[in-house]
Amino acid sequence: MTLGWPEFFGDAPVAEVEESRRGVLRRLRSGLTRTRTALTERIAAIRFDPEDAETWQELEEALILADVGVQAAGELVQRLGRRRRIDDLGAALTEEVAGLFGPPPRLLLAEKPAVILVVGVNGTGKTTTVGKLAHSLTASGRSVLIGAADTFRAAAEEQLEVWAKRAGADFVGSNRGQDPASVAFDAVEAGIARGRDVVIIDTAGRLHTQANLIEELVKVRRVIERRLPGAPHETLLVLDAMTGQNGIQQARVFSEAVQVTGVALTKLDGTAKGGIVIPIAYDLGLPVKLIGVGEALEDLRPFDAGDFARALVGMAPDGE
Amino acid sequence: MFDTLADKLQGVLGGLRRSGRLDEETIGKAMREIRLALLEADVNFKVVKQFVESVRERALGQDVLRSLTPGQQVVKIVHEELTALMGQGDSRLAFSRPPTVILMVGLQGSGKTTASAKLALRLRKDGKNPALVPADLARPAAIEQLEQLGKQIQIPVYRSELRDPVAVARAGLERARLDGHDVLIIDTAGRLHVDEALMAELVAIRAATKPTNVLLVLDAMTGQEAVTVAEAFQAHVAFDGVILTKLDGDARGGAALSVKAVTGKPIKFASVGEKLDQLEVFHPDRMASRILGMGDVLSLIEKAEEAVEADEAADLERRLRSGEFTFDDFLSSYRMLRKMGPLKGLLSMIPGFGKQMEGMNVDERQMARVEAIILSMTPQERRVPQLINGSRRLRIARGSGSTVQEVNQLLNARKQMQKMMKNLGKGKMPALPPQALGRVGRR
Repeated sequence: MTLGWPEFFGDAPVAEVEESRRGVLRRLRSGLTRTRTALTERIAAIRFDPEDAETWQELEEALILADVGVQAAGELVQRLGRRRRIDDLGAALTEEVAGLFGPPPRLLLAEKPAVILVVGVNGTGKTTTVGKLAHSLTASGRSVLIGAADTFRAAAEEQLEVWAKRAGADFVGSNRGQDPASVAFDAVEAGIARGRDVVIIDTAGRLHTQANLIEELVKVRRVIERRLPGAPHETLLVLDAMTGQNGIQQARVFSEAVQVTGVALTKLDGTAKGGIVIPIAYDLGLPVKLIGVGEALEDLRPFDAGDFARALVGMAPDGE
Repeated sequence: MFDTLADKLQGVLGGLRRSGRLDEETIGKAMREIRLALLEADVNFKVVKQFVESVRERALGQDVLRSLTPGQQVVKIVHEELTALMGQGDSRLAFSRPPTVILMVGLQGSGKTTASAKLALRLRKDGKNPALVPADLARPAAIEQLEQLGKQIQIPVYRSELRDPVAVARAGLERARLDGHDVLIIDTAGRLHVDEALMAELVAIRAATKPTNVLLVLDAMTGQEAVTVAEAFQAHVAFDGVILTKLDGDARGGAALSVKAVTGKPIKFASVGEKLDQLEVFHPDRMASRILGMGDVLSLIEKAEEAVEADEAADLERRLRSGEFTFDDFLSSYRMLRKMGPLKGLLSMIPGFGKQMEGMNVDERQMARVEAIILSMTPQERRVPQLINGSRRLRIARGSGSTVQEVNQLLNARKQMQKMMKNLGKGKMPALPPQALGRVGRR
């Protein structure tokens, strides 16, 4: 069963509004059907023949084409190969992938305010994700404050402010060129003073190869922690589903610098499967917490390993 | 630890004898390594398959260049094929009756807006009079973003309150024409290649503005899907070239190769930073090196080739393999190395060798002294060093301005090296071990 927002936020489970789930699944599926090729159709569970060496090769190819990478693809195929029988490829793959990612993810919102720091390289969709997440949180009955710690990019603050309005969240901005750490500080301070449930801090996109900018991010985190010990309670790395093998290095550097607690995988409404999160999970043990499936406010979901695994090899999500 | 592809290949090919031809089995091993390297660099799976086939054909039967290890030889072939595939690196834009329209298209987050501003700046530096149009109405504050960038570089941005991107583009074009601009760059909203409605919108913008250049803006870290994206954009809108962005990162950039291989469209520019002057002309050979993860090794190979005259090399090789190593050989090796340029910098480019270099003092003057000693020998003495007795040593020392001790050291060094050459099975370059010569020439 796909994870719903209430469980993801640690609330008592509520009968999920089926509409929103269907909407997301529809978007995932339409991306899938556009890319359904002869290859992926062969891999469909009913035609996967574990005895046939060629289907194993095709499976490995499908995984590499999904950016899983040569090493991780080989590893996955090996693990599947060790099973005695595979009646349902989708189920088998789901088990392997789920095992890799661990239990269904949760967002750590126990503290008040719970502070979420959002980081990543340029263009991955951080600001949009912040907006969508704020919306999901306010929809769950929580009060949210957004801090605009991207003080570098032209009109970044204006962009985020639009999202804050859409999501019904408070907004703390800055003067352009102001030190991002001090904006983060102001945001946490305001969150505490105003009694907000969640503070989300957006940061500027930065390449992991820019040592000085990574250092800046370390400082942002340190300042947040100093103001509120234990914060940030979540540090989300926003990753574009279309990213290739460089994603591993991104995850590694950001993780070492600011202790990433989870990945938000964006742009899954495209044709990319986001397979890069698999080697990231192998190498770094980083869980995926959220997926983005579009540019609208509602286009965000808690990560579901089963849906993800099936989509990886071109199969329809469970229940479709 | 294998750091570079050249190292990996050498590990795989190590046993091959240096005068051998690259045979099927050897090539098979090498192709597997290359396939792996290219996939790790995000070159599309299918493009890799085709590419490896073309390299295999070319490599079969080729002679191994004497001065290169078989591994380096294969790398050289791969690099050449990659560079050829990347194209000529044609960074020219087409210009029409003013205003020339350049339409920027691509996925969300690829870097279109930044690239638009950078391109405008570059064109102005080239003497043009460009303007910008923010036709991205989807993303919050996209218009403001381009306006702020335009202000930074003092290039006019023609925004409009119209609600439709096609109308906005058209309006911007009119104003640019009226204001006498000769180039107009239109920034559009990022869009998925599978979004029919948005692709249709792009087609409409194209029809309304008749661009002379449609540029696909592509993130250098894009993985396997780059092909799908490029093909879809090509099919719907037809682009003329690519701007590859975020190359200041460490993504190997295989997407560039995939796009070029599949659409034939050249990469025109490389965006290498967030500052607005960081837009470069695209260099296909540099990109090929980057994709292979090679850095400087290639220039070393090229220099090695220039330095070696085929005859000289063949002869030296024959003698080395038979265990002979005369002072003539010594001299040719030195001269080969000398031709290649300042020693230390060059030697440090050799994968693995660089680390060994760190403790060493390879002194040019030392080398010159060694050369002087050898030149003071008679040709017979050079060929048959065993002849060099006490009185000859004295004569040689005097003739070269060195001490007998130094001449003795050199003679010992040659003996050591001869032993070494005999045991040489690894096919390394005939580089001279500086340790053996370390003491020669020092007072």
